[in-house]
Amino acid sequence: MIEFDGVGKQYPGGHEALRGLSFRVDPGELVFLTGHSGAGKSTLLRLIPLLERPSRGQIVLNGINLARLARRRIPYLRRRVGMIFQDHRLLYDRTVYANVALPLVIAGTPAADIGRRVRAALDKVGLLHRETAYPVTLSGGEQQRVGIARAVVTRPPILLADEPTGNLDPELSEEIMGLFEAFNRVGVTVLIASHDLGLIQRLGHRYLRLSEGRLVGDTLNDGAGG
Amino acid sequence: MARGRQQRSSRTRRSAPGGGRLRAWGADHARAAIGALGRLSRSRVASGMTAGVLGVALALPAAFLLALDNLERHASGWDDGAQISLFLQEETSPDEQQGLAEEILQRPEVQRTRTVTPEQALAEFRELSEMDDAVAMLDDNPLPPLVVVYPEPGTPAGAVEALTRELGRKPAVARARLDLEWVQRLQAIMELSRRIAWLVAVLLALAVVMVVGNTIRLAIENRREEIVVTKLIGGTDAFIRRPFLYEGAWYGLLGGVLAVILVEGGRLVLSGPLERLAELYRTGPLLTGLGLDGILLVWLAGVGLGLCGSWVAVGRHLAAIEPR
Ligand SMILES: Nc1ncnc2c1ncn2[C@@H]1O[C@H](COP(=O)(O)OP(=O)(O)O)[C@@H](O)[C@H]1O
Ligand SMILES: [Mg+2]
Repeated sequence: MIEFDGVGKQYPGGHEALRGLSFRVDPGELVFLTGHSGAGKSTLLRLIPLLERPSRGQIVLNGINLARLARRRIPYLRRRVGMIFQDHRLLYDRTVYANVALPLVIAGTPAADIGRRVRAALDKVGLLHRETAYPVTLSGGEQQRVGIARAVVTRPPILLADEPTGNLDPELSEEIMGLFEAFNRVGVTVLIASHDLGLIQRLGHRYLRLSEGRLVGDTLNDGAGG
Repeated sequence: MARGRQQRSSRTRRSAPGGGRLRAWGADHARAAIGALGRLSRSRVASGMTAGVLGVALALPAAFLLALDNLERHASGWDDGAQISLFLQEETSPDEQQGLAEEILQRPEVQRTRTVTPEQALAEFRELSEMDDAVAMLDDNPLPPLVVVYPEPGTPAGAVEALTRELGRKPAVARARLDLEWVQRLQAIMELSRRIAWLVAVLLALAVVMVVGNTIRLAIENRREEIVVTKLIGGTDAFIRRPFLYEGAWYGLLGGVLAVILVEGGRLVLSGPLERLAELYRTGPLLTGLGLDGILLVWLAGVGLGLCGSWVAVGRHLAAIEPR
């Protein structure tokens, strides 16, 4: 599903955020990405929907070599990759409903289907009763769930989450991670960046460890509570 | 399992009937157009002032060109009055005079001719000048026989001039005079005015493009976060561009509507005095309006220039906004 082969990323200014990165995530897997702050987790995630281009190596996504993807095809790639951010990136002048509907509107979904699918997505994250609310009136955990609903409303085969629980207390964090596990159970490939190694080890999934842009660990962690 | 999901979703997309996709595309445009209009109406004062500037900028050249059209319409009436006066040698007999007039009438560019014998000329002169006594004192009639040639209306000025020169070379003709020069001068002045009007129009069109461009630039700046998020979740450039292009087009249309109101309003204000003038000079209506064609043209110009301005702004500023 996701294949990195010798990927390096050098930011303008010379800083090497990623070096010689090779790994593979199979369809239907849930994989965590961990490492201290500045290790390159966000950079790695941003390469997948081509928010950044790698400086070296190649990335193959679902059989598509991203280096060969024409610029005008990038929007269609991003529609197949749900992205979730630590700071939610919601539109604060629009209701929860409008925020979640945006990807469908962009994809040209018939108006008749939009309402049904938005409510289905909001229902999955437990926010059906807040559809007319504005994001500022929601708690951090609720805003994060709106972000998740927006990412999954188009049913993308891949979900990427960058520190989705970064600002949340442990209980809410587990709740959010539970949502990702639920999407993963219905076949979505999920890649989650988090510096919270404790939480990751409790959840018991495969995790990759980054340090200074290098892959320093690939742990299967199959036994729960590992 | 993931594959299954994928195939299912791509199958539903592919099986969407063409009509449905067209409808979705139309709905997209309608949403962008209505959304842009909504944003305009929400900041009524600011967008009103922008539309006002556009209205004035569009009204000025429209009014100028309309005035020239009106002037030209009247001038062409005067143009038809062009005539060539052929003063014949004094010894020309009335028969020769008549023969010459008939010969000239054969020419295709001549509509009609009129002969004036010295006696007739003198009588006319008396009548006009009321100088009976002074004329009576003349022992000899000093007026030459005259043939007046009326060219076909619409004959180009150059052809009329050539005709005058040619007739002037006839042995019986002492002197040929063309009463056209002032019409030519007027036409030259109007041609110049027309050029100036277009020059002003082009400059003001540029101003419209820049005003709309700047307005759209601000709109893009204000909606930066929305643009970023839209790009993040797979909005195409066309999708992101669309509302801004519609916004520019709306501005242009509003400016065009305002310009028509200004021009026609101005005509209404002038119509009272002009009517009196028309009465005094017994001419037809002096000032015709833009008409449906003119109104549509002004609106089209407004929309076109508005689109141009927003296109420039979008081209320059949207690409610079990339997700961070
Ligand atoms: N846009 C950028 N320009 C330059 N350097 C950057 C940029 N983004 C990240 N970096 C640098 O790249 C390194 C990795 O950053 P990041 O991927 O955000 O790490 P993490 O998400 O693991 O904290 C850091 O040293 C950071 O300073
Ligand atoms: Mg990060």
